[in-house]
Amino acid sequence: MDTPIKKTQFKRVTRRELLKLAPVAALGAVAIPSLQTPLLKAGLGFSDWASAKLFRTGHLAPTFDDSDLTPFEKFPINDYDVDDPEVELDNWTLTVSGAVQKPGDYNLDAIQRLPKIVRNTRHVCVEGWDVIGRFGGARLSDFLNMIGADTSARYVYVECADDYYESIDMATALHPQSMLCYEMYDRPLTREHGAPLRLTIPTKIGYKQAKYLTDLKVTNVLQKVGYWEDQGYSEFYGL
Amino acid sequence: MAGHVVAIEDVKAGGRTDVVYEHPFIVRLCHWVNAVALFVLIGSGLQIFKAFPSFGAKIPQHNLINWPKSLALGGWLGGALQWHLTFMWIYIVSGVVYIGYQLISGNYKQVLFGRRDIPGVWPMVRHYFFFGPKPPVNQPYNPLQKHAYSSAIVLGALSVATGLAIWKPVQFSWLAWLMGGFHWARLWHFLIMWALIAFIFGHLVMVVIHGWNNFVSMLTGWKKDPEYHLE
Repeated sequence: MDTPIKKTQFKRVTRRELLKLAPVAALGAVAIPSLQTPLLKAGLGFSDWASAKLFRTGHLAPTFDDSDLTPFEKFPINDYDVDDPEVELDNWTLTVSGAVQKPGDYNLDAIQRLPKIVRNTRHVCVEGWDVIGRFGGARLSDFLNMIGADTSARYVYVECADDYYESIDMATALHPQSMLCYEMYDRPLTREHGAPLRLTIPTKIGYKQAKYLTDLKVTNVLQKVGYWEDQGYSEFYGL
Repeated sequence: MAGHVVAIEDVKAGGRTDVVYEHPFIVRLCHWVNAVALFVLIGSGLQIFKAFPSFGAKIPQHNLINWPKSLALGGWLGGALQWHLTFMWIYIVSGVVYIGYQLISGNYKQVLFGRRDIPGVWPMVRHYFFFGPKPPVNQPYNPLQKHAYSSAIVLGALSVATGLAIWKPVQFSWLAWLMGGFHWARLWHFLIMWALIAFIFGHLVMVVIHGWNNFVSMLTGWKKDPEYHLE
């Protein structure tokens, strides 16, 4: 045991030790509402940055056997607005614009002439539920190639018949499993599931899988990010 | 290891008190940062769970449970996700710094439950829960405490692993696979939260029982009148 020290000295020591914990008090500042918004914005932004870094172009989402499929009638229909925005299927075209060599209107035949891929992948909703579905369609990368898209642009932006809109980063758009989907469970898309064309991107969260596509734009600048993102959800949300 | 016992002298009153430096600065800092982060993560986690409070099929929105707002943080799913995705980084950093410091400094010997602690567990259980005699105290943490803290650290690591499997079931598909897939990882994440809540409850009860000097030691590092004496 050392020589005894004086109580006053000891108080000075302990006070100094206590003051070292001041950074924790700074963390307590999150209770102040005006500081919350910038903090959470930074946190969400950092998470999106990390998500983009974690994304690997060659890494495939798990695929499943037919026996693992969620029955078609149990595949949930999630809309922000209406189940059926009453798309005129006969006259439907996808309007392409932006950084592409061949802008214009593309009908479903043009998309269906591209090599068809079919795969069973998991659809994960931000709410927490997940289902395994069977999706068929054309690779988004094949379509981007067909329209002569500038793949050094940052985003693929889509608009939908129900005023929904979404954006996908180019790396994800070029992923081999990213799909312009026109079939689910080997049948043409039903209206509730986004007829005639939707996105299915198994490396992204559910709200990125936009339905009833009407417009597609290749761009470096986004005026709007996405219907849910613009209300505060993650912009990248890669799985 | 905890520092040696020092005597302090009250010049005016003439008394002597023993004190010991128990908690290094980094441990105290990580403890409190982690406490804040875990509080936020549990609150926002409950709000996130509210969006789909089920582990089976999707249930209709109007059947969702509603519990008091004060139990959840973030107000809505998007808000709760912002809190969760912000404080998970603070939680991870404080955990990594804590574990790294413990390993490098050797201070882990004070906390880590090991084979030598096994014989001491039962006497402590008997003392706490069945009015048994108090076993002699010769180290900062008794065997049962070491077990609780070591388990909490394992639970903390598991909460991060299961969380990553939910957040990134494709990039960390091997992690999700280990847990039985995304669906199960979500259940594990939820159960680990309850295990951590159980730990926090027990921890707080013990803090109250052991009183002020013990509580202060996690603020200043120094504990007055330790029950044990190191040579």
